[in-house]
Amino acid sequence: MDQSKVTPGQPTTAMPARRASRPRLLSWQAPDWVRSLFRNRKATIGIIILVFFVFVALFANQLSPTKNAARIVAKGNMAPNAQYVLGTSKQGQDIFAQVVHGAQVSMTVGFLAGTVITIIGIVIGVTSGYVGGWADEVLSLITNVVLILPGLPLIIVVAGWMDRPGPLTVVLVLGLTSWAYGARVLRSQTLALRNSEFVAAARVVGEPTWRIVIFEILPNMTSLVVSGYIGAVLYAILTEAGLEFIGLGDANAVSWGTTLYWAQNNGALLTGSWWTFMPPGLCIALVGFSLTLINYGVDEITNPRLRSDEGKA
Amino acid sequence: MSFLIRRLGFYLIAAFVAITLNFFIPRMMVGDPVTLMFARFQGRLDPHALASLKAAFGFVEGPILQQFATYLQNLAQGNLGTSVSQFPVSVAQVMGVGLGWTLRLAGTATIVSFLAGTLLGIVAAWRRGRFADNYILPLLSLLGAFPYFFVAMLALYIFAFQFGWFPVLHAYDLNIAEDWTSSAFLISVFQHSILPALTLIFTAMGGWMLGMRNNMIGILSQDFIVMAQAKGLRDRRVMLTYAARNAILPSLTGFAISLGFVVGGILLVEIVFSYPGVGYLLLSAVNARDYPLMQGIFLLTTFTVLLANLFVDLLYVLLDPRAR
Repeated sequence: MDQSKVTPGQPTTAMPARRASRPRLLSWQAPDWVRSLFRNRKATIGIIILVFFVFVALFANQLSPTKNAARIVAKGNMAPNAQYVLGTSKQGQDIFAQVVHGAQVSMTVGFLAGTVITIIGIVIGVTSGYVGGWADEVLSLITNVVLILPGLPLIIVVAGWMDRPGPLTVVLVLGLTSWAYGARVLRSQTLALRNSEFVAAARVVGEPTWRIVIFEILPNMTSLVVSGYIGAVLYAILTEAGLEFIGLGDANAVSWGTTLYWAQNNGALLTGSWWTFMPPGLCIALVGFSLTLINYGVDEITNPRLRSDEGKA
Repeated sequence: MSFLIRRLGFYLIAAFVAITLNFFIPRMMVGDPVTLMFARFQGRLDPHALASLKAAFGFVEGPILQQFATYLQNLAQGNLGTSVSQFPVSVAQVMGVGLGWTLRLAGTATIVSFLAGTLLGIVAAWRRGRFADNYILPLLSLLGAFPYFFVAMLALYIFAFQFGWFPVLHAYDLNIAEDWTSSAFLISVFQHSILPALTLIFTAMGGWMLGMRNNMIGILSQDFIVMAQAKGLRDRRVMLTYAARNAILPSLTGFAISLGFVVGGILLVEIVFSYPGVGYLLLSAVNARDYPLMQGIFLLTTFTVLLANLFVDLLYVLLDPRAR
C-alpha cells in the first residue's frame, strides 16, 4: 500500500452499505462507529495523545510561564534547568514556551488544511461517482492528474515564488494540492452505493438528488470520510512542519517547524544542544503517531479481519 | 496492450498539466517576481542570453497564448534556461548532476524499502499474531509516523555527530577527486550514502509492510488458497506463488500512487544530510531565488514520477494476466 504518514486519506475497506441508524429523538446516543472506536485499543491510545496536544494548544498561555515565545528571555544555549525546563535556544528563547505555543500553529494548520482537503475531496469524489457520465470522466481525470503530480515539490515551488507564505496560505496551498487521494476513494465508494437498493428506493420515492447524496450516501461513507480526514490532517501537519523546517514558511512565526529550522540553522546537531530539536520533533512525531493509531483503529473496526488481537479490539 | 496505451495517454496529459502549471504559476504571483529576477540579470548578462532566458519562461511580447507557444517551443528544444545561482551553467546541466545522486540514493532505497516491507508483510500475514506481526509491524509503524526530516536529524545527530560512525554531510569526501573508477571514491560514496539510505528505508517500510499484510489477509481467506492447501502444496508455495502474487497487485498500485509522496520525503532527507541531489538543489534554488532552476526541478521530478509509474504499469502487466 502507500505510506500512511504522507498520504492524505487512507484507503479503508468500506463498511458494507447499510442505512444509517434512525435518529433517536429523545436520547442521543453516539453512533456505533464512535463507540467501537473507543473499544479499540489502538484508537483509544491515539485519541488520548491527540486530545492531550489539543489541550496543550488551547491552554498554551496558561501552561507556559513565558507568554511571548518569540521573545528573548535569557542567556542563549542553556541546557534544561529549573527555570527553563527545556532550556533555551541559541538566541535565548524559552524552548518550552516555543513547543507549547508551537502546538497552536501546527494543530490549527493541520486541522484547517485537513478540513479543506476533505471538503474538496468529498465534493469532487461524490459528484464524480454519483453524476457519472462525462462529468465523471473529466473529474476522474483531474483527480488522477493531481494525484500523480508530486505534492511537495509543487508546494515548495509555489512557496518559493510566494517568498515565505504565512500559515493560512500554506493551508490553502495544501488544500488545493492534496485532495485527490480522498476524492478517488470516495468516488469508488459512491459508485458502489449509487447502485445499491436503498438508493434506488429513495430515487423511486422521488427524493431529490441533493437529499439522496446528503442523507443516503454520505452517512454510509462516514468511516471513509473520517479516516480520510485523519490522514489529511496528518499529511498537513507533517508537510507544514517540513516546509517550515527547510525555511520556506514564515520564519518569525512560532511553530514546531520553525523551532526545528532555527535549531538546524544554529548548528544544534554540531553543538549537541539536543533540547532545541528533540522536543518539537518528538511532538510532531507523537501527534503523527496518534493520528496513525486512530486510523489503524478505524481500519480495524471497518475491516475486522485485519485485527491481530482478535476479540480484544 | 490497450491498458498500456491508455496509461501512456494519461501520462502525457499529466505531463502537459505539469508543464502548463509551470508556465502559469509565476504569472499568478503578486509582486511579479519574474520581472524582478530579470531586472537583477540586467547588465550581468549579454542581451542575447537574457532574451534566451526570457524565451525559456515564455516572457516575450505578445498575447499569452503566443507566450505559451514560445515557452513550449523552448521546452521541446530542451531549453530550460540558465541557472541564476550557478551562472552560466544551464539548468539542464545542473539538474543532471543532482538527478544522478538522487536516483542512485533514493532509487535504491525506495526499491529496497518496498521489497523488504512487502516481504515482511507477507510473513506477518502468514504468521498472524507472531513475532513479525506483533513486534516488527508496530515498531516500524511508530517509526513511519515520524516525519522524515526528524528521523534524518536524529540519525545524523546520534550516529554521525555523537558516535562519529558516519560522515556528516555531502555525497562523498570532498578531499577525494570525483572519479567513478577509483575505489577510494566509491568507498567514500558508499559510506556517505548509508545513513540517508537507511533513514529512507526504515521510515517508509512500515507503510509497505502494513499494506501488504492487509492485502494478504484479504487473499488468504479466499477459496483458492484453501484449495491449494487441500491439494497438499507446500506452505511456502501457497504463500508466495498463490497468495503473495495476488496480494502484491494492489500493493504495486499503491506504490505507484504514493511515489509522488515518496519524492517529498526524499527531498527532505537530502536537505538534512546536505546530499547534493535534486532535493538539496531545489532548496538552494528557492533560497537563491533561482527561478529557472526551481521550475526545471519541478518538471524533472514530475517526469521522473511519471516514468516510474509507467515502469510500475509494465510490471503490473507482467504480473497480472488480466491486464494484458
